[in-house]
Amino acid sequence: MNKTNVNHPDTLSAAITGSGGSGVVTAGQMLLKAVAAAGLFGLMTRSSGPQIRGGESAAMLRLGVKPVNNLDDKFDILLAFDWLNVTRFVDEIPLQPGSLIIRDPDAGEVPPELASDDIQVLDAPLKSLAKTIDGGRPNMIGLGILAKLLGLPEAALRQVAAEHLEKKGEKAVEATQACISLGHTQEWSELPISPLEPPHTPPVRWNISGNEASCMGAVRGGVRFVAAYPITPASEILEWLAPNLEKLGGSLLQAEDELASVNMIIGSSFGGVPSLTATSGPGLSLMMEGLGLAVTSETPLVVSNVMRGGPSTGIPTKSEQSDLNIALYGFHGDAPHLVLAATNIGDCAFTTQWAVYLSEVLQTVAIVLSDQSQGQARSIIEPPAEPKEAYQRLLAKSPEEENHYQRYALTEDCLSPMSIPGTEGCIYTADGLEHNERGTPSSMTEDHLLQLDKRRNKIDGFDYGEAWADLQGEGENCIITWGSSSGAAFEAAQRLSQAGVPTRALALRLLAPLQKQKQQNTLQGVSNAIVVEQNHGAQLYHYLNANQLLPPGTRSMAQPGPLPIRPGDVMAMMTQEADND
Amino acid sequence: MTETQTQPALKAKDYKSDIKPVWCPGSGHFAVLSALSKALAHLALKREDVAMVSGIGCSSRLPAYTEVYGFHGVHGRALAVAGGLKAARPDLTVIAAGGDGDGFSIGGNHFLHACRRNMDITYIVMDNEVYGMTKGQASPTTSPDWSASKLTPHGPGVPSFNPAAIALASGATFIARGFSGDPNKLTQMIVEGIQHKGFSFIHVFSPCTTFRPEQKGWKKQVHEYAEEVTANPVKTAQGLQADDGMGTGLIYRTELPPWQPAYDAICEPSALEKEFQV
Ligand SMILES: Cc1ncc(C[n+]2csc(CCOP(=O)(O)OP(=O)(O)O)c2C)c(N)n1
Repeated sequence: MNKTNVNHPDTLSAAITGSGGSGVVTAGQMLLKAVAAAGLFGLMTRSSGPQIRGGESAAMLRLGVKPVNNLDDKFDILLAFDWLNVTRFVDEIPLQPGSLIIRDPDAGEVPPELASDDIQVLDAPLKSLAKTIDGGRPNMIGLGILAKLLGLPEAALRQVAAEHLEKKGEKAVEATQACISLGHTQEWSELPISPLEPPHTPPVRWNISGNEASCMGAVRGGVRFVAAYPITPASEILEWLAPNLEKLGGSLLQAEDELASVNMIIGSSFGGVPSLTATSGPGLSLMMEGLGLAVTSETPLVVSNVMRGGPSTGIPTKSEQSDLNIALYGFHGDAPHLVLAATNIGDCAFTTQWAVYLSEVLQTVAIVLSDQSQGQARSIIEPPAEPKEAYQRLLAKSPEEENHYQRYALTEDCLSPMSIPGTEGCIYTADGLEHNERGTPSSMTEDHLLQLDKRRNKIDGFDYGEAWADLQGEGENCIITWGSSSGAAFEAAQRLSQAGVPTRALALRLLAPLQKQKQQNTLQGVSNAIVVEQNHGAQLYHYLNANQLLPPGTRSMAQPGPLPIRPGDVMAMMTQEADND
Repeated sequence: MTETQTQPALKAKDYKSDIKPVWCPGSGHFAVLSALSKALAHLALKREDVAMVSGIGCSSRLPAYTEVYGFHGVHGRALAVAGGLKAARPDLTVIAAGGDGDGFSIGGNHFLHACRRNMDITYIVMDNEVYGMTKGQASPTTSPDWSASKLTPHGPGVPSFNPAAIALASGATFIARGFSGDPNKLTQMIVEGIQHKGFSFIHVFSPCTTFRPEQKGWKKQVHEYAEEVTANPVKTAQGLQADDGMGTGLIYRTELPPWQPAYDAICEPSALEKEFQV
C-alpha cells in the first residue's frame, strides 16, 4: 500500500477478544485512554459471558476524528488473544472484506466462522514475544500492535501504561511499556489499515461511561440522597454515587429491596432533599406502586432505569430498549409523569440533570431510560452540556398569620408550594389517597376530577423548550428513534443524505409528555418515515401511532437486543420499498 | 424576646388535628392517638419538627389526625418512607405507625431491616389481630383457629407471629408492649420510645371491636410483663417464650449506635468532574 497516498478514514473499528484473564478489557481501556490523549474520540462497549469471573470477553471499540456515538456496521480489526469460546461473539463482531485479524499462531487457526478468503490475517506471536520480557503480558504486545495500526503514538501508550498501572509498581509499568513498545515498533510486513489522523492540539475531553455520566447529571441537578438496591447494569451508578455523594454532603442508602428504595426516596424528597434511585427492569417493576404514590402525593423524584434484556430476569448483562412500555404505562390509575431517554453516553448527564430539574419544578416522577449499551460503555466525549435553566421546587413559606396552608391548592399553573417539615405554620399530611386541596382524603367525584386535572395540567402546560428532541439533517425521508438507537439513526441519515437520499433523523429525549405540536412541525414534509428501536414489540412505534404522530405509511424497524442496531441496517430499512398495500 | 412573646406550652390537644377519624366507635386506635398526643406534649416537641409516617389500614390513618407533618403512603411501606426521611433529615423526630397487617405481613421485610438498621425512629404498631380496613381477614398475629373470616373458614391454621421476638432477633434496640386500654402507661412508653436513641418498637394491643368483638376481653388478659428486663438478648428471648404474649411493659432496651449518615460537604459537583477529564 502506498502510504503517501492514504485516504485517512473518519473512524476505525477494532474488537479485542480472549478468554477470562487474558486482559481484554484492560487492553481496551488503555487503548481508549491513549485515543483520548491523542485528541481523538472513541467508544468502547463490552460483552461478556454470564460468568462472574473467568468467562470470555470482548471489547468493541470505534475510534474517530469526530464524536462517536455508536458502533459501525463492521469491524476493521479483530485482535484475538485466543480462540476459546470466540464463537459466542461471532455475531457481535461482523467483519468485512479487507478486515484484518491479528492472531497468535500458537493459539491455533482462525476458526471457520471467521475465516474467509478476503479477510487478511496477521500472525503475531504474542505469547512468545511476551516471554522475551520479564513480567511481559501478551495482551500488552497486542495493544502495541493495535496502537500502531490505528496511528496512536508510542509515547501516548507508554504514558497511559504509567498511569494505569501506577498502583502495581514500577516493575509492572516498565514491563508493560516494554511490551507496548515491542508491539508498536516490531517490523510487521505490511499493515493494511490506514491509520486515523489525530488533531494537532488535543482539546479537553472526558473519558466517561454512560452510568458515570448519569451520576454527574444527577449531582449537577442537585440530587443529594439516593436509596437503591443493586442490579445489573445499573450498579455502577450506585458505586460511583456512594462515595461522591458523601463529598457533596449527601448520602446513599443501600435498601433491602426496590419497594424500600423507592419509598425511601419518597421520604427523603418529602423531607426536602432532591432524591434519585437507579435500577433496571425487574426493580422498576417492583417500584411501580411507590411511583404512583409519588405522583399522587406530588413528591418529586427521579428513577434512572438502565435497561437490559427482558422480560423477567431476561438477559441481565446485555442491552435492550424494551422498558418504554412500563415506563409509560406501568402505573395503575391515571398517573401523569415524565419519561425521558438519553440519546448517547454524554447525554446521560444532560438528560438526567434535566430530569432532576423537571421533577423538582413539576413535583412529580421522572423516569430516565438509558440502557446497558450506554451505561456500561465508555466514551471519549466533549464535556457534556448542562440544561439552560436550573429549575427548582416551589417551597411554601411560613404564613404571617393562621391562614390554613393548602398543600394541593389549585393554582393557575397547577403547581402548589410544597412545605418542607420544619416549616412553621404549614403543617400538612401528604397523601396517596385522593384528597382535597388541603390534603384531606376525599372520595368525592369533584375533588378527584380537580386533582386529576391539576396533576395532568401542571405537566402538559409546562414549556419544555428545545431539549425535547434532537434533530439532524433534512429531507422527505425521516428516521424517528429514541435512546441508544439514536447514534445509528443519525449516522444512517447522514450517510443516506451523502448518497443522494435526503434524510433527517429525530431522536426523542422527552417521551412523556409528548410534544405533539413541536413533533408535528418537525415532521412536516416527510413522506417516508421509519421508527427505529431495539425491542421486539415496536413500543415507540405503537405509542406514536396511538398519538397520531406518525406520517402516513410510517414503517417500524423493531429489532430486539442484544445485538446493537447498526447504521447499515437502518439505511437498508429506510431505502426498502414501502409496502404497497 | 420579652416575657409576653414566649409561646405558651402546647397541650396534648394542640397535637391533634381537626380532622374527624374514620375509626369505628370503640376502636382502640382512639386511645393510641390520645396517648401519642400526650407524649408529644410531654416532650414539648415543636410540631413542625415531628413527622408521622404510615402505610395503609385503619390504624395507618393516624398521621392526618395529628397536628405534625405527616406522610400517609402505601400499604406496608411506612418504615421505608420513615427511613428515607430520617436519613435525609436527622433533625426531625420521625415516628412510623400502622397495623399488624401493614407492618408484619406486606411490610414484614422492612420491619426486619428497620430493626437491624437501628435508625432513630419510633415504630408504633396498633395490633388488632385482623385486617380492619378490608373488613376482617386474618393477619400474621391472628390465632390459627380464628375462623370468622370467609377467607379462612377453618382459621388461618398457621401459628401466629410473635412481633417482639422477631424484633429482638432482628436487632431492635428498644422493644415494648402496650395496651390501648391503659393509656397512661402507653403514653409513658411512647415518651421513652421517642427518647431512645435508635429504633424503638412499641407493639400495642388495640382492639377492633367491629371484627373482633371478643377483644373487649383483652382488659382481663393483659398483665404486667413479668420477665426480667435486661439488655441481654439471650435472657430476653427466654423471657419472651415464658410470657404468654399478653405481658405489657418494657421488654428489652440496649444502647447501640443508630445508623445515620453524617453530612459534611467538602466540595461542589464541579470538583468531581476532574475524574473524567483527559
Ligand atoms: C398493595 C395492597 N394490597 C392490599 C391492600 C388492601 N389493604 C388495605 S388495608 C389492608 C390491611 C390492613 O390491616 P392492618 O394493617 O392490620 O390495619 P388495620 O386496618 O387493622 O388497622 C389491606 C390488605 C392495599 N391497600 N394495598
